[in-house]
Amino acid sequence: MMELINPLLLAVILINFYTLGSARLVACIRVVALQGALLALLPLLSHGLTFHAILLAAEAFCFKGVVIPWLLLRAIRRVRIRREMEPIVGFVPTLIFGVLTTVGAFLFADLLPLAPEHHDGMFVPTALATMFSGFLLLITRRKAITQILGYLMLENGIFIFAVLLSAAMPVMVEAGILLDLLVGVFVMGIVVNQISREFSTINTERLTALKE
Amino acid sequence: MLLLLILFPLAVASLALLLPWYQARSWLLPISGMLHLILAGVCVAGSDYAPNPWIGLDALSSLVLLVTSLLYAGCAVYAVAYLDLRRDRGNQTIVPCLLVFLSAMTLAIAARHLGLLWMAVETTTLASAPLIYYNRNRLSIEATWKYLLLCSVGIALALLGILFIAYAALVAGDMPISLQFDILLTNAAQLSRPWLHAGFVFLLVGFGTKMGLAPLHSWKPDAYGEAPGMVGALLAGGLTSVAFLAILRAVQLMTAAGDGAMARQALLGMGLLSLLLAAIFMVRQPDIKRLLAYSSVEHMGILAIGVGIGGLATFGAMLHLVNNALTKGCLFLSAGNIQRAYDSKRLSRVHGALATLPISGGLFLAGFLAITGSPPFGLFMSEFTILRGIFGSGHLWIGLLMILLLAMVFIGMGATVLTATQGEPVKLESAYKDSFLLVVSPLLFLLLVLLLGVYLPEPLQAALREAAALLEVQP
Repeated sequence: MMELINPLLLAVILINFYTLGSARLVACIRVVALQGALLALLPLLSHGLTFHAILLAAEAFCFKGVVIPWLLLRAIRRVRIRREMEPIVGFVPTLIFGVLTTVGAFLFADLLPLAPEHHDGMFVPTALATMFSGFLLLITRRKAITQILGYLMLENGIFIFAVLLSAAMPVMVEAGILLDLLVGVFVMGIVVNQISREFSTINTERLTALKE
Repeated sequence: MLLLLILFPLAVASLALLLPWYQARSWLLPISGMLHLILAGVCVAGSDYAPNPWIGLDALSSLVLLVTSLLYAGCAVYAVAYLDLRRDRGNQTIVPCLLVFLSAMTLAIAARHLGLLWMAVETTTLASAPLIYYNRNRLSIEATWKYLLLCSVGIALALLGILFIAYAALVAGDMPISLQFDILLTNAAQLSRPWLHAGFVFLLVGFGTKMGLAPLHSWKPDAYGEAPGMVGALLAGGLTSVAFLAILRAVQLMTAAGDGAMARQALLGMGLLSLLLAAIFMVRQPDIKRLLAYSSVEHMGILAIGVGIGGLATFGAMLHLVNNALTKGCLFLSAGNIQRAYDSKRLSRVHGALATLPISGGLFLAGFLAITGSPPFGLFMSEFTILRGIFGSGHLWIGLLMILLLAMVFIGMGATVLTATQGEPVKLESAYKDSFLLVVSPLLFLLLVLLLGVYLPEPLQAALREAAALLEVQP
């Protein structure tokens, strides 16, 4: 099953690009859900059908692929927002920057002192590229929902790295980490709702009353 | 026993969700706070560190546990009267969240597994977000959003740091790949250096965000400014100590691996930067709670400097942790009282507090003297010890810079605090009056800090030395 891993990671990177370049929020949430679902397959593909891997995959699929996207979709239905209108940095520049950081991630990963069995794989560069893309989304977008998506992508990148190391993480801890992620997004969703009620927008640029 | 200490607040939290009576719900807080303090005392006194792979107490965590528990108990007593003042806001959310927060902090303190530690710290973020949003207005939303997003991203980076440390074990080859802290410590020398260093940097950035070390402190003034006074006290005294403990774990690991010097330098740099930025932003600060937030940044900086220098200064930093937590409790609670009385926390409205509210105003003024390190309060002793450590180890310039910045902080903070407290009495529009429950905890905290400045009991000294020794000696 190992030969399926690289195409899967490639798909993950393509989803990064799509999210960076797209203005349609619903589509962005859906592809990030797809990314989460694809990543859920990763433990199964790399560790085989062990109990640990199956549990981790099932949980990641439920949370990253189903529940969190559903929460986000519900939140934007409530606040009736469909598009990311004016990002702080335009879509094309962020996309180009995203491509550059991805290339950089591949070059950089070659220099890292990786364990011999990870030298050829795409795990580490993909993890880095996904984290960078998440950061880019966090920095360059104004809508609170897109910032949550950026946070999710950042977590997805960390998840890819974590799959390499699932021996170090007991099942319970992994479960707890995913649960924390879920509750975190849930709480953020509630806050987004409150923002839209108070400010009648979810643009975070309005949140500027507190400063020196 | 320790497990009970972590789980019982959760049970009380679910009870609080079910109870229909307002006052009964409020009283759950001091009851569980006191119970937690007693149980924590028993745990610390009784434990001769039985190796459990998940949770356990060593000298460092015992210290933080006792301080946090004491602070929480005091704030919980205050909470009864505070929540009675705020009947319009309700307490259905805040009481369970405060209890979950207590449980998560205890778990984070006791965790012996880095993954578990991460989980617990992230849970504290989530449980404290509704606490900051208690006032439900535009400003508190903004503060909550910044807090939630910055701390979550910071903590995500800390997770990456933890994974890097696991990877360091994987690359090293001939050692068990585990994130159990004792296993990591014993095998620290074999860990692959580049990955360990990268892991340390990410842990420092991640937990440093949570602790509010500059330049990662930007959420702090907003969150502390908008949260209720007692929540500010718990965040500034309790949560920051917990985050500091997490950073100290990383320092312990680096020291065990023989790279302690690098870790110390990083801490020293961030500490000095925190002190500098805090001193700059405190000058002409028109908001008393934001002022306290910058003071928190300053003291986090002092803690980092103390550990960064090492030796005697580490001992001073341990003492400073205790002093800072208690004084912040006094300051935030009395500032909360002043805010309730004046219905504002800005200098444009707040003046003459000493004449208008003799007790709260007096506590606030005395707390200011304590936090800026005036004798005879405990912070004078701890800051003096840290400075002695700095000069003793030959860092003349760092010591002089620190003295200069502390003087700057004293002047900057003094200008705001004196404007708020001095002057003619004001006719208050609110019906607020200092009541016993509202002032007893800050008063007690202040007396304790005073006591620590005059007399350091032998058992506490031993405990501080033991805690400092954990950071110095390679196991």
